[in-house]
Amino acid sequence: MLDNLQLLFVWAPIINVQVILEGIFVGAVFALSAYGLALVWGVMNIKNLAQGDFVIMGGYMSLTLSQANVPLPLILLIVISTMFVYGWVVYVGMIRRIIDQDMFVSLLATFGLSLLMQQVMNLIYGPEVQTIDLHMPNWDYFDNMVTVPSSKVLSLILAGAIAFAVVLFMKKSRTGQAIRATAQDPRAARVMGIDTDRVYAITFAFNSALCGAAGVLVSIIWVIQPFYGITYSVRSFAIVTAAGLGNLPGVIGAAFGIGLVEKYTGVIIGTAYEVAAPVSMLVLVLIWRQMSMRRNRQVLR
Amino acid sequence: MKKLSYMAVAGVTALTLAGVASPALSKVEGDTIILGSSISLTGKYATNGLHTQRGYDYAAKVINEAGGVKVGGKSYKLAIKYYDDESTPARGAQLAERLIQQDGVEFMLGPYSSGMTKAIAPVSEKFGVPMVEAEGASRSLFTQGYKYLFAVLSTSEQYLASAVELAAAEREKNFRKPSEIRVAMAFEGDPFSMDVRAGVVDKINEYGMKIVIDDQLPADLSDMSTTLTKVKALRPDILIISGHSKGAATAARQIDEMKVNVPMIAMTHCEAAKVQEKFPNASTGILCPTQWVETLSKSDPMFGSAADWNAGFKKEYPSYTSVPYQSAQASAAVYVWKEGFEAANSFDKDAVRDAISAVQMETFYGDIKFSEAGNNIAKPMFMRQIGADGSYSLVENFGDMTFPRNVTY
Repeated sequence: MLDNLQLLFVWAPIINVQVILEGIFVGAVFALSAYGLALVWGVMNIKNLAQGDFVIMGGYMSLTLSQANVPLPLILLIVISTMFVYGWVVYVGMIRRIIDQDMFVSLLATFGLSLLMQQVMNLIYGPEVQTIDLHMPNWDYFDNMVTVPSSKVLSLILAGAIAFAVVLFMKKSRTGQAIRATAQDPRAARVMGIDTDRVYAITFAFNSALCGAAGVLVSIIWVIQPFYGITYSVRSFAIVTAAGLGNLPGVIGAAFGIGLVEKYTGVIIGTAYEVAAPVSMLVLVLIWRQMSMRRNRQVLR
Repeated sequence: MKKLSYMAVAGVTALTLAGVASPALSKVEGDTIILGSSISLTGKYATNGLHTQRGYDYAAKVINEAGGVKVGGKSYKLAIKYYDDESTPARGAQLAERLIQQDGVEFMLGPYSSGMTKAIAPVSEKFGVPMVEAEGASRSLFTQGYKYLFAVLSTSEQYLASAVELAAAEREKNFRKPSEIRVAMAFEGDPFSMDVRAGVVDKINEYGMKIVIDDQLPADLSDMSTTLTKVKALRPDILIISGHSKGAATAARQIDEMKVNVPMIAMTHCEAAKVQEKFPNASTGILCPTQWVETLSKSDPMFGSAADWNAGFKKEYPSYTSVPYQSAQASAAVYVWKEGFEAANSFDKDAVRDAISAVQMETFYGDIKFSEAGNNIAKPMFMRQIGADGSYSLVENFGDMTFPRNVTY
């Protein structure tokens, strides 16, 4: 561990650039699925444990399409729209029935959905890891000490564009306004003539589409496997809990933060501990929040 | 209440009777010897489970066509009873009990993977049923003192040890000390990869080499860029990776993306992860261990040479372009049963067990001779190198290999 710190800060400080870049690339993908989770959680109070499996499902759809030589922009479009429909179907078939139930029902139901999706993907695609190689160039700098795959840059740009579109949609469109209104107070929204059932359906479908987009990006920059969903679920939960609900800048900030922490943990302690990093960061955030809230509470006492 | 307890007693009695009555039904039925196997046909091991099943089936077919197994002057056919264990160890153990207790099977073939074998071996051991397995390589299977477990394949600590030997040979050839070699390692934390690592570390210590990176990979690995970043900064002489197919696929993908230039790279599961097909450039020069090669110069009277077995298997299952070694070793396990029965000249399971433990034979799969612990000590692991043209060539000593890896990204 000391060796690794020395390597980072004394022997080859240039690799910091690589680590930071990797953290940013990772964070961009996490931000998408985490924002979807924050939406569903904030608007409908559903904690979707199948979040990561939606991501992987998007990844597999993109794999199938790329094997049929469909160009990337079209893949993104098809996956986003199919996942939107899939989200809608899941809402009508399942989520609508559990939306008024307590937390455990929603956790159990989405956990069941997660298992089901994993096994179906396993049956269709088999358990081997898959990946899409777009045959895009990899740039290198500083005597090959820093390499930047153009596929990752592309995914960063796409993630940025999608996030921007989401912000615009939520701020400007009538549907976006309806979603925000329902999140604030569903009863008042209903009184004002908003069809909340439809808003819920749109929100869930929208989340599923965001996950699908994240899945496409995952499949072009890393590898996918039917059982990999859980890591994306865990990270999404960590990000949303740390950032708070309905707070897009917060989610993006937390996603990049977790990406960086993950990559630095990977270099300093080891790759196996990368996934442990967001969880331990979450614990720290929660403790810190508890302490700062306690200060406020003491005034009340 | 009283009525209920009567019913309970009746139920228990009926169950006990059924339990007592059903064994002794079917180890040998008429002129057919029944081997039992719980195998993964669904779940995460489904692909390799199928390779294994086909290996078993092909061997049974060839042996039956050649006249079957001769015991006591009579010919018997081989049949295999399968249950799908859904790739879960608990289910596997349950099914092994069912095979032995309900179906009366007294001769077992192994499941797929070390983990499943670990779950099933205690069961077959408990009932004293011999099991010849072909797919569980973990060292820890052979340290439990099992008497009824036999494995035809090489154990996992041998997988990458020879890569370290090759690196040492390179130094010695250039009149330098192997102890100068700096090694980078990345292994998953599961029992198999840890065994592989133990074998590598033993060899490293033997030569006094220096380990500069020793990372553990997570079970759900999809990104090992941090490990490779360190590799690029520290420039080791050899990089050794083991983490099943996902480890190989992730490594190859990111070695390509990050333009990693290490003179020697060795990893397990190249074939399973289709590393060469997916990343032809980056995979050039990578060393891959394998249990068996179809160019092996070994043969037997039943299947012929390794190449003959390979051709026959491909003819039976035309969907294979290259045959996985999992199928070859599965066939070898069935062959061991035939030899065991014929040597024992009986169907008494303990007599057959003793005959198997004394087996010493050359097969298309390599030599087979079991140690006290039940692992095959006569067959080495083979190392192959991926060439620039995509072929896998056998590396028996340093002279056979291309060094350093010749890759331009």
